[in-house]
Amino acid sequence: MSDDLDAWPIIDTTDTLVSVRGAHVRFGAVRGAGAGAVRAVDGVDLEVARGEVLALVGESGCGKTTLIRSMIGLEPLAEGSITVDGHEVTRNARQLRSLRRRAQMIFQDPTGALNPRHTIFEAVAEGLRIHRISGDETELVTAALASAGLRPPERYLRRFPHELSGGQRQRVLIAAAMALDPVVLLADEPVASLDASIRGEILALMRSYVDTHGVSIIAVTHDLGLAWNIADRVAVMYLGRIVELGPTEEVLADPQHPYTRALLSVVPETRRMEQQILQGETPDPSRMPTGCRFHPRCPVVASGEAARLGIEARCRGEDPVLTVRSVGHTAACHL
Amino acid sequence: MTAVSRNEVFRRFRRDRLAMFGLVVLVLFALMAILAPLLVDDDGLSAVASLDNPTWARPSGDFLLGTDHLGRSVAAQFVYGSRVSLFVGLMATIFTIAIGSIVGVVAGFAGRWVDAALMRLTDWFLVIPFLPLAIVLAAVLGRGIWNIIFVISITSWPSTARLVRAQVLTVKERLYVDRARALGASQLHVVRRHVLPNVAPLILASATLAVPISILTETTLAFLGLGDPTQASWGKTLEEAFQAGAISRSAWWYYLPAGLGIVAVVLAFTLFGRALEEILDPRLRER
Ligand SMILES: Nc1ncnc2c1ncn2[C@@H]1O[C@H](COP(=O)(O)OP(=O)(O)O)[C@@H](O)[C@H]1O
Ligand code: SF4
Ligand SMILES: [Mg+2]
Repeated sequence: MSDDLDAWPIIDTTDTLVSVRGAHVRFGAVRGAGAGAVRAVDGVDLEVARGEVLALVGESGCGKTTLIRSMIGLEPLAEGSITVDGHEVTRNARQLRSLRRRAQMIFQDPTGALNPRHTIFEAVAEGLRIHRISGDETELVTAALASAGLRPPERYLRRFPHELSGGQRQRVLIAAAMALDPVVLLADEPVASLDASIRGEILALMRSYVDTHGVSIIAVTHDLGLAWNIADRVAVMYLGRIVELGPTEEVLADPQHPYTRALLSVVPETRRMEQQILQGETPDPSRMPTGCRFHPRCPVVASGEAARLGIEARCRGEDPVLTVRSVGHTAACHL
Repeated sequence: MTAVSRNEVFRRFRRDRLAMFGLVVLVLFALMAILAPLLVDDDGLSAVASLDNPTWARPSGDFLLGTDHLGRSVAAQFVYGSRVSLFVGLMATIFTIAIGSIVGVVAGFAGRWVDAALMRLTDWFLVIPFLPLAIVLAAVLGRGIWNIIFVISITSWPSTARLVRAQVLTVKERLYVDRARALGASQLHVVRRHVLPNVAPLILASATLAVPISILTETTLAFLGLGDPTQASWGKTLEEAFQAGAISRSAWWYYLPAGLGIVAVVLAFTLFGRALEEILDPRLRER
């Protein structure tokens, strides 16, 4: 990647593909003392351009899966709105069906996502049948398998998922998704369950569809290295909110939010950074902290630096909004 | 199910000797029931047509299984009785499984208040005491085969419904169901393509186990005098033998064939059903 600022993709708002505005997703209150509803997604604004690859990073439980599921109406919004390719995500069954052709999901666990009783052919043809895609089914399925690197495709048609390796199963799911010619792939930790040695090729495969099909990808990951490998932009999520958003190289080289810095400091490849182990209890989206939602664990507050800078009171009492740090790079921190 | 897994089921079944034995016994009894008119003379069922026969005759060349207290052929009663026992068993099972499966699938899949309402109904039927209901129905509707089928079905569907619902609930949580939804599948598609194929083996296995229970129930009801008085069944044979004092006269040929017939059919169905259940159980197939 170039250091030249101009080489970074500047997001053209006229070509917005996915637009999330003030999105909130809540799950029913848990039984037990004091806990309120789980605010899994708690006020997210996000725009993804056509042909862009966005990595959504953050610790487990911060709402990444819920956010991308809400983009195809699998989790209904409590507040806010989402549009995909100009169509609003509604609860109308007909509209949801056509949305679920334009946006395709890739799952973390390809073994569980394939019905063990169905052949590879049936798994790929399922979407074609649901959406009544015209054309020769066998031809469409073989073409999709071949484009996902399963060659010769005829060899896979009659096989069952358990006869394939994990990487091959994920290729089948990617083929099934791409067979419907979507505009965006919503990938939920697409390589987390795979052997480290094949992660790269699966990511490269997904990335190749951006060039050949102009598809956009929103890839959830808790692995910043993966973000570095395929993403144009990175969105860092913490407790249901995006706390930093910007071009990959900038976010990773010059993180603005203390949470992003803490995440980066534990990645082995990021030398020169002092390792920061996050303190405090793991965050609970049913007990949202006041002020900055990161303040109970923020190293800037814990080290007394916030007090020195005179922002500690704001950290504890005022919810920071995303502010521009450089071109296309925003962070939600009082620093 | 797919062609390959069907072959696999076949192969595993053939290796199971007890199951194959059960299957052979069942086929023999089924043939006997179907071919009854060719095997024995149905005059043997009628007391009037048997007036000239000796009573309490031991098995002989004339009467393979001897005669009863009215001179009727026990062999004829045994062969024709298998028809009623098997028919009642199969019909009651079909109704039990049909009602239980529909209720179980709808409750498990619809969830929420539909599930709550159906499960309340199921619990309610589950606690209906079987014998009092049978007696009341026999009194109200008269004694007949269809009333027996009705009583058995109405009291045994709840356990099937619960079994099916539990399986539907676990299938519903599978990731591939989630993927089907994300692909735009309708509820109907999910039920047809993912839920039913997963539940069907369980239904099949529980059906083969419900047949012997139904046959035993028919026997019990007939023995208590609640069966159809105009049709020979194994249960009715046992009841008449008992009433006529066959036991104190040591007329074993009168009651033993019907008793052994019931034991053989029940055992055969159970062996067959257990093997099917083991082979088809999705918990064993889907690691
Ligand atoms: N179906 C659900 N019911 C209740 N709580 C849920 C449900 N799905 C997710 N959550 C909660 O919402 C929060 C965000 O979860 P998730 O989106 O899966 O996070 P991530 O994908 O970042 O790990 C977690 O606290 C999780 O426990
Ligand atoms: S606003 Fe304050 S507490 Fe929040 S991340 Fe910034 S420095 Fe830390
Ligand atoms: Mg997740």
